[in-house]
Amino acid sequence: MAKKTIREAINEALRQEMARDPDVIIIGEDVSGGAGGSGEEDAYGGVMGVTKGLIGEFGRERVIDTPISESAIMGAAAGAATTGLRPVAELMFVDFVGVCFDQIMNQAAKFRYMFGGKARTPMVLRTMIGAGFRAAAQHSQSLYHLFTAVPGLKCVIPSNAYDAKGLMIQAIRDDDPVIFFEHKALYDIADDVPDEAYTIPFGEANFTRDGDDVTIVAFSRMVHIANEVADKLGREGVSVEVLDPRTSSPLDTDSILESVEKTGRLVIVDESAARCGLAGDIAGMVAQEGFEFLRAPIRQVTVPHTPVPFAPTLEDAYIPSPAKVETAVRQLLEARPRRMSA
Amino acid sequence: MTTFSESQLLDAYRRMRTIRDFEERIHAENTTGDIPGFVHLYAGQEAIATGVCIHLSEKDYIGSTHRGHGHCIAKLCDVKGMMKEIFGKQGGLCAGKGGSMHIADLSQGMLGANAIVGGNPPLAVGAALTAKTKKTRHCAVSFTGDGGSNQGTTFEAMNMAVVLKLPVLFVVENNGYGEGTGADYAVGSRDIAGRAAGFGMPAVRVDGTDFFAVAEAAGEAIERARNGGGPSAIEAVALRFYGHYEGDPQTYRSAEELKRIREEGDCMKIFRARVTGEGTLTEAQLDAIDAEVAELIEEAVAEARAADYPPVSELTTDVYVSY
Ligand SMILES: Cc1ncc(C[n+]2csc(CCOP(=O)(O)OP(=O)(O)O)c2C)c(N)n1
Ligand SMILES: [Mg+2]
Repeated sequence: MAKKTIREAINEALRQEMARDPDVIIIGEDVSGGAGGSGEEDAYGGVMGVTKGLIGEFGRERVIDTPISESAIMGAAAGAATTGLRPVAELMFVDFVGVCFDQIMNQAAKFRYMFGGKARTPMVLRTMIGAGFRAAAQHSQSLYHLFTAVPGLKCVIPSNAYDAKGLMIQAIRDDDPVIFFEHKALYDIADDVPDEAYTIPFGEANFTRDGDDVTIVAFSRMVHIANEVADKLGREGVSVEVLDPRTSSPLDTDSILESVEKTGRLVIVDESAARCGLAGDIAGMVAQEGFEFLRAPIRQVTVPHTPVPFAPTLEDAYIPSPAKVETAVRQLLEARPRRMSA
Repeated sequence: MTTFSESQLLDAYRRMRTIRDFEERIHAENTTGDIPGFVHLYAGQEAIATGVCIHLSEKDYIGSTHRGHGHCIAKLCDVKGMMKEIFGKQGGLCAGKGGSMHIADLSQGMLGANAIVGGNPPLAVGAALTAKTKKTRHCAVSFTGDGGSNQGTTFEAMNMAVVLKLPVLFVVENNGYGEGTGADYAVGSRDIAGRAAGFGMPAVRVDGTDFFAVAEAAGEAIERARNGGGPSAIEAVALRFYGHYEGDPQTYRSAEELKRIREEGDCMKIFRARVTGEGTLTEAQLDAIDAEVAELIEEAVAEARAADYPPVSELTTDVYVSY
């Protein structure tokens, strides 16, 4: 088993699935790059190089560069998926969903239900999330909460290379539209990743740290921050459990509730949104289903209710930091246990 | 043919020179790692922004793109404020909150650079709607790229501008590429002006390295807009000197192409040769502007570097007008 980065793991998953199934195609802007130029083909392989090399192996028929026309890309993927292909469409930055959400939300997501269970829309939409690149307000958002709110879409938010590969293969083989969120700050994070194809089922959380005192639920890049805090507090004798749901839809509510039952304390770290985001969603679920387990209020560590700022000082303050997560954990440990009625 | 006075030509040259020097300096500064985020340089396309904006006052609006520095300078945004913004500093035109891809100055009629391809054409239509409704005789200009011309928002904006007969000019800068994809591949008809004409507006294709060709076409279109004649489009062709973004290895372009652009497609050289050849301006006049601009850029960088980053308290301000 070799160490592979998330970039390499996703590329390998795409390559293996394209080799296995001729119906799998890739479509998006500069997924190869160089079409109609005076230089080389495959000049980009996606702006982050994730689809690099695939055109060499599978050709332009299956690795399709498009004009800058996201509605047409998303709609074509949805239409092709319902009629026999398994497209992996790329929305370069999730922020660009603003120009094409209809094709995802009103079309792809709804066919199955609206058509009385008759349609299948096996498409994957790969897209990039995340702040931290000084990419400013329109290239830094983590809008997975918007998609999670839409019934009919499955949402995958991997935090490591092993998961990224297994979840991508699962996504391609899944018969529903799957949105696959890649964090731009994680592409170079490497893990042991098996060479052969494997799948990871949706809706199964991964426990990245085991503990008894506090549960942290986190997605994507925030998992790494949660792990860092857990390791630091672990050295002080505080036992923190970190749970990475890996998919927000379906959401592994059972694992979250089991962990909270054990620890009685919950911190949710979420880069999506301060309002109506994943943290609020999970907090609501736990308050409803696991109220009796809680020994302290639930704490949500999220981005503020602002656009993503450009200046480094502001962007650093925007992103949930290990210090903020640590403070939240400590506050829970200091909170007096709720008085239970007899 | 439009004739330009000596002072107009000097003004045009100053704007073009400022854009070129600004961009080349950012190209150099960027290697220090002190400029946060993505920058997309406009060098090579100066004659387009300038040829259009030379006809506009600060009461006319423009909408811009991710490659917006040139539009800002041509629209006379404060160069020092721009530089500070690009460095993410206090005193930047957007208080350091926007960065290179979001520089805006509403007081100069600059509606913002825009990091969403196809983001601005509908906004320019809105500015034109204001002008028409308020009968100001002002107009709006949308700058888009060949890539952005393929976006549905651009099509919708063009059609609606025709339907509502709005005073707007769509300038599509065909620089040959959208990121690493050639316009010849991505624009199905290979005829952006023709496509705009299909919406029912006058549309022309001009040499974007020739200030005079752009200014001539833009002057006519803007005059028509101000007089209630509705929208127009200009496809201006000029290849960009640098990569899509700073750091782009540009393997989708041949070395010959890159060399040829600088030799044959440099709007600064073309302008200088023409005005000195015709005897409308002298080398000395142009050299004097070069020196002044160099000094301005030097100061802008020094001041931007010396400025502070915004304090963290700024993070949550300006989300709303009132709370
Ligand atoms: C809606 C949207 N899609 C894709 C992008 C990514 N992107 C940024 S610039 C660009 C190319 C734009 O090409 P063009 O309009 O020709 O402008 P140029 O860069 O050549 O000035 C792309 C694809 C984006 N910012 N917004
Ligand atoms: Mg272009």
